[in-house]
Amino acid sequence: MVAHADLIAPAFATLPDPQPLKIAGREFHSRLMVGTGKYSSNSVMIDAIEASGAEVVTVAVRRVDLDRSKEEGILHHLDPNHYFLLSNTAGCYNATDAIRYARLARAAGFNEWVKLEVIGDQQTLLPDTDGLLQATRTLVGEGFKVLAYTNEDLVTALKLEDAGAVAVMPLASPIGSGLGMLNPYAIRTIKQRLGVPVIVDAGVGTASDACIVMEQGVDGILMNTGIAAAQDPVRMAAAMRAAVESGRNAYLAGRMPKREVAVPSSPTTGMLGS
Amino acid sequence: MTESLSFVTEAPLAAVSITVNGKERRVPSGWTLSELLSSLGLDARTVVIERNGTILRDRASFATIELGPDDNIEIVHFVGGG
Repeated sequence: MVAHADLIAPAFATLPDPQPLKIAGREFHSRLMVGTGKYSSNSVMIDAIEASGAEVVTVAVRRVDLDRSKEEGILHHLDPNHYFLLSNTAGCYNATDAIRYARLARAAGFNEWVKLEVIGDQQTLLPDTDGLLQATRTLVGEGFKVLAYTNEDLVTALKLEDAGAVAVMPLASPIGSGLGMLNPYAIRTIKQRLGVPVIVDAGVGTASDACIVMEQGVDGILMNTGIAAAQDPVRMAAAMRAAVESGRNAYLAGRMPKREVAVPSSPTTGMLGS
Repeated sequence: MTESLSFVTEAPLAAVSITVNGKERRVPSGWTLSELLSSLGLDARTVVIERNGTILRDRASFATIELGPDDNIEIVHFVGGG
């Protein structure tokens, strides 16, 4: 006889998602998006990305260092046919710079998508929402698909959607902090109110953080430092992949209501001596 | 380190002064962007060039665009980022 677990395990592993992730009409097979910064080596980065199962991979635009003897461009390590490259505007502190970086990235010829960042404060790397909205409007007008990195403020998120962003990316906590999700209520509210996908970006420090973020019902997570700065980035990437899938499944399953009192799981009748 | 400007002394050509990624360089007059990239050991397919604030979206144009005096060239590429 076939063991029960053998019969059901494969079916569980492939439970379909009733609402696959779709951004700007394009369907993605993974809800986990990963960055490519801060890795100790390119080979660790490649292995970690592979282990994460991510399809969307972020990159940054920078000057070529002409004084270096070897070419440091990431495309020498990352196959752009295998991943969906999402260029960011990290390091830009005003709309004009962010727009310039987005245009440079598009000229590389891969796609017209941009993870738009307009930073407003050096210490916290929190967004300048005025500049962000301004840059979003300009880039949307130029045909860009804008995924806007923002804070967890609902009104800003609504304005970004209204400005034409194809996805809104509220932070869980500050970039690179690893503090996890500081305001689940705000993240849930943004997800409930927006029509475009909500991808939580930044602040996830470990697998449980990622799982809890996904349990809020958001459409995906983008992370970089949480994987790259782990002691073993490849293993953490695998953990994040499982956590994102688990959190998504838990959200779809619908958790039990919380109670302040115990409720027995076993029958209260049929006790011996009753 | 290889000095990429050594050709200037070898070739008795008139030179023009340009700025590449924030640093001044002298190149033979009549040089195209393609020649500049080759001298820097760069593959045109992996970089994006901005010339005097205008992004050159057509890489085929690199072979015909001649570098002029005071040209400000920015050469960028993708690096790791989050």
